[in-house]
Amino acid sequence: MFGLGILSGLLIVPLCGAAFILTLNGDEESVKRNARWAALATTIVTFLLSLVAWNRYDPSSPSFQLVESHAWLTESIRFKLGVDGFSMPLMLLTTFLMPFCIGASWHSIDTRVKEYFVAFLVLETTMIGVFCALDLVLFYLFFEAGLIPMFLIIGIWGGKRRIYASFKFFLYTLLGSVLMLLAIMAMYWQAGTTDIPTLLQTRFPAHLQTWLWLAFFASFAVKMPMWPVHTWLPDAHVEAPTAGSVILAGILLKMGGYGFIRISLPMLPDASHNFAPLVFALSIVAIIFTSLTAMMQTDIKKLIAYSSVAHMGFVTLGLFTLNEQGIQGALFLMISHGIVSGALFLCVGVVYDRMHTREIAAYGGLVKRMPLYAAAMMVFTMANVGLPGTSGFVGEFLAMMGAFKANPTVAFFSVFGIILSAGYALWLYARVIYGKLEKPNLQGILDLDTREKIILAPLVALTIYYGVHPAPILDVFAPSTEQLMAGIRTALSNTQTAAAALPLAR
Amino acid sequence: MYHAIVFFPLIGALIAGLFGRFIGARASEYVTTACLAFSALLAWGVFIDGEHATRVQVATWFTAGSLTVDWAFRIDTLTKVMLVVVTSVSTLVHLYSVGYMHEDPHRPRFFAYLSLFTFAMLMLVTADNLVQMFFGWEGVGLASYLLIGFWYEKPSANAAAMKAFIVNRVGDFGFSLGIFLVFVLFGSVAFDGIFPRVEEFKDASFHFLGYDWHALTLACLLLFMGAMGKSAQFLLHTWLPDAMEGPTPVSALIHAATMVTAGVFMVARLSPLFELAPNALIVVTVIGGITAFFAATVGLVQNDIKRVIAYSTCSQLGYMFVALGVGAYAAGVFHLFTHAFFKALLFLGAGSVIHAMHHEQDMRNMGALRPYIPFTTAMMAIGTLALIGFPFTAGYYSKDAIIEAAYMSTRPGHTLAFFATVIAAFFTSFYSWRLFFMTFEGKARWAGHGAHAHDAHGHDDHHAPAAAHAVAHAATAHEADGAPGHHEGVAHDDHGHDVEPASHSTIEHHDHGPHTPHESPLVMTIPLAVLAVGALLAGLVFKNKFIGDGMDAFWGHALAHGPDNHIMHEIHNAPRWVSLSPFVMLVLGFLVAFWMYIRRPDMPHRLAEQQPVLYRFLLNKWYFDEIYDRIFVRPAKDFGLFLWKQVDGRAIDGAGPDGIAARVVDVTRGVVRFQTGYVYHYAFVMLIGVAGLISWYLMTGLPKGAH
Repeated sequence: MFGLGILSGLLIVPLCGAAFILTLNGDEESVKRNARWAALATTIVTFLLSLVAWNRYDPSSPSFQLVESHAWLTESIRFKLGVDGFSMPLMLLTTFLMPFCIGASWHSIDTRVKEYFVAFLVLETTMIGVFCALDLVLFYLFFEAGLIPMFLIIGIWGGKRRIYASFKFFLYTLLGSVLMLLAIMAMYWQAGTTDIPTLLQTRFPAHLQTWLWLAFFASFAVKMPMWPVHTWLPDAHVEAPTAGSVILAGILLKMGGYGFIRISLPMLPDASHNFAPLVFALSIVAIIFTSLTAMMQTDIKKLIAYSSVAHMGFVTLGLFTLNEQGIQGALFLMISHGIVSGALFLCVGVVYDRMHTREIAAYGGLVKRMPLYAAAMMVFTMANVGLPGTSGFVGEFLAMMGAFKANPTVAFFSVFGIILSAGYALWLYARVIYGKLEKPNLQGILDLDTREKIILAPLVALTIYYGVHPAPILDVFAPSTEQLMAGIRTALSNTQTAAAALPLAR
Repeated sequence: MYHAIVFFPLIGALIAGLFGRFIGARASEYVTTACLAFSALLAWGVFIDGEHATRVQVATWFTAGSLTVDWAFRIDTLTKVMLVVVTSVSTLVHLYSVGYMHEDPHRPRFFAYLSLFTFAMLMLVTADNLVQMFFGWEGVGLASYLLIGFWYEKPSANAAAMKAFIVNRVGDFGFSLGIFLVFVLFGSVAFDGIFPRVEEFKDASFHFLGYDWHALTLACLLLFMGAMGKSAQFLLHTWLPDAMEGPTPVSALIHAATMVTAGVFMVARLSPLFELAPNALIVVTVIGGITAFFAATVGLVQNDIKRVIAYSTCSQLGYMFVALGVGAYAAGVFHLFTHAFFKALLFLGAGSVIHAMHHEQDMRNMGALRPYIPFTTAMMAIGTLALIGFPFTAGYYSKDAIIEAAYMSTRPGHTLAFFATVIAAFFTSFYSWRLFFMTFEGKARWAGHGAHAHDAHGHDDHHAPAAAHAVAHAATAHEADGAPGHHEGVAHDDHGHDVEPASHSTIEHHDHGPHTPHESPLVMTIPLAVLAVGALLAGLVFKNKFIGDGMDAFWGHALAHGPDNHIMHEIHNAPRWVSLSPFVMLVLGFLVAFWMYIRRPDMPHRLAEQQPVLYRFLLNKWYFDEIYDRIFVRPAKDFGLFLWKQVDGRAIDGAGPDGIAARVVDVTRGVVRFQTGYVYHYAFVMLIGVAGLISWYLMTGLPKGAH
């Protein structure tokens, strides 16, 4: 259609939906209603379209697929799209989560409804763009452009301290993105192109790799977020509306990890290997420190936000183990965390919509009035804790196993995370859900309504399904991971004569 | 066949859990119990004449690189023994719960949890690889968490549930690392990939935490840490007594007969590994011996009927580990097998007492119950006899074998284990009879016999023996209570006992006035009777197969014995006095208990007064909870708060964004958000970037390799 491929379609559909919503006119109520339905329809169509793309995708091949390339800025900076085993699952996760976000905003957003949904749809385009871009400039554009709608969502529809939060968000990301831009320019200067498949074949000299790696690291570490540049996340989460938190935790946090696996690891293998100890150290600190911090939180959203930082610690840990178990585990954890943390924020949204507070102390004994809610929350809590049989386990377990292969001491410290996560997650559950229902204003609280059931049920099902049968996702990562590993091994054995000393057992 | 055994409980759990609210409590009870009974029937079928060891592949769980994890069943004698134990006890407990829980409004949930637990436990014992075992391991942990906290309105139940889960996670910390190490060594987590190759790694070493370890010893120690958590061994035992907050059938099933024996099962399953790690086995022996002794001492003075049995469980698990540690795996598993019957019997009997007493658990408020509940009394007597190892009951065969093995072993640590188990045998007999006498004999001290209501704390009336006895404990407990630092254990003793299920008391038991204890309904007494038969005969019937001449044929290759390990034959050569010592201890324990609680009921009080330090030390369970709170829980919380407020809040934010943001906000304060510069600043910076890039591109000329 118009010479465009299906990936372009995925980028265009949400924009069309946004344009349509912008044209809505009439009395306020009908505009709101139409905007909601239009946004929902758009996201569902996008999701279905992504399923079509998924159907056309051959998961056994490690190469880029569904590739399309259009002339753009110049002859060599092209509008080039394509997906491989790393990006396909993340793209699906994005299109999958969007309808839930729209559903979660159904009643809770009541001001500037049109603009809100436009922002969300634009956000969707940029997120899909990040995962599909096969040109670094395009990648950079989407990567950065996505922040604007998010910034607006927090800044306009957020809570009391939204200005502070959006500002913090802004400052942190600015810090990273400038450096990333410089790195992209340097790469262009070296390789003469910003085409990602070409850059993947390019060998950068060691000293340049170091600087490039650091520059990209600055950007991705903020996005992850890694300790100590994580403090924007709790604030952003707390102030963001429910759907904003879902996207933030579910997708935006994954962009850092995606950046590592798309750019840092394959293009800069020597630097990645050299800097692995740094990443390990920061990951362990993230796992242990932020878990402890999470335990002491008094705000539900903040607690979950801190737990996200801890889980992202497992992701960075796994990625830089540079072995199959670690990398696939980290990638699976990103998907699983997207579902589980998104679901947890949706759960917080459920009670927030009723009581308009996120204070843990304001709740207690909800199970008495809300048994279904309690059951859903239990599933997600257990997935957050990494209980085998939920999707949370597979990724964490593989990441730690990879870490043990790479460096047993690092693994030793990271395993503390499984004790601490049980601590904060169960304590939260005990304080919010269990206990006596004593607070007078909670006496009339209602269990999940139909809309909320429709939103949470698929997430519960997926959390358990992928815990028991993770192969549909995990096996998609495998060919690309193998290719990546082969590339890294060659690179490292070329550079280092003492290759035998490397912790690169299969 | 095996699919049916394992998955029927899951089906039951799903039906009761998902549709319980539609089909009703009664139907949920029937469905889950029927599923379990069916599963148990099949399990006995394969136990009695199943084929030999086999492997049943169900599906692949996940693969990553060279790692493959399957869902698969490993069926051998060890598995079959566990299948029988788990499904039988679970069926009986399901049946019993129909009666015990009949007043509870949440029965579908309860039965769903019970069946879910059984499923997880079956996955654990049929596991063909370490990761599936870990699945079952954590699955039973989840079920245990849910069931301990079943009465979610009780704060103590919530705390106990969390404690159980988290302490078990400490064990799982080691278990996970153990799995990783095994994978790094063997390149596989499947038992079939590990056991045939153990010899290759006999002398391998592994560098871990700055120290060169004997690889297999390290792996076994790490894995054993998991076993310590699950089986409540010394240092990681603290959760088990608190787990008594759950409904009593749960205590019988999970915290006596099945889940807590998972650690024993694990070590037995991994016997090919442990046999090559003699130093790890020493640790197993020593920890087992200490636990057997330690838990028995604490059991001496507890007043909550369930806690006494809980400590007894802890202690008996110690016996099992002693057996494993000295290489007598068969004896350990045999004790696991017999213990399941009599300990479940004791717990369910205690449940029947509690039921009769309208949810009174404090033995100080019992006494003279024999005439009111004769059947329960008889069942408890059988359970007690089996527990203390009275000749020809189930416990007699298995426990004596362990003590003999501990004596005959030549491995380091066996002497300690021998003395610990013999002394513990004396304590076991004492606390068992103490429990029996305080509950069923002596004078009635419960409401309805008005005179000695338990809040009447006369401090000096020593002349009224029965009352004095009741008060003795309470008074001393209060003394401890008043001491600086409020002791949780004591608080439990004094406050935790009166109403077991919060929901019960408010909904069903408004009449906490005078009542007469009553015998339990048939649905509760039948399971007791069945278990009593097991407690009496399981030893006699199965002795030959488990630890006697039929042993080799029975076990096949399920348990490994190193070339120098002949302990199972040595035990037949134990000196006469060693074989007699458990019986002597049993008689001594009985006499002392009889003297103290029947003939001279003022003795316990006087003893407690004479030895206040020792008494309080035991009553407060060696102060483990307090110590752990002080060195782990509180520092962790303080450190978490410090990290949040000082590190994140002050150091990172203060130096970074807040400092800068504060300046920017000063400038732009008052300007409203949407139209303000923020977005445009941002977009501007981004555009400058793109512009810069393009200019760079234009300036450097056309690319070398244009596409």
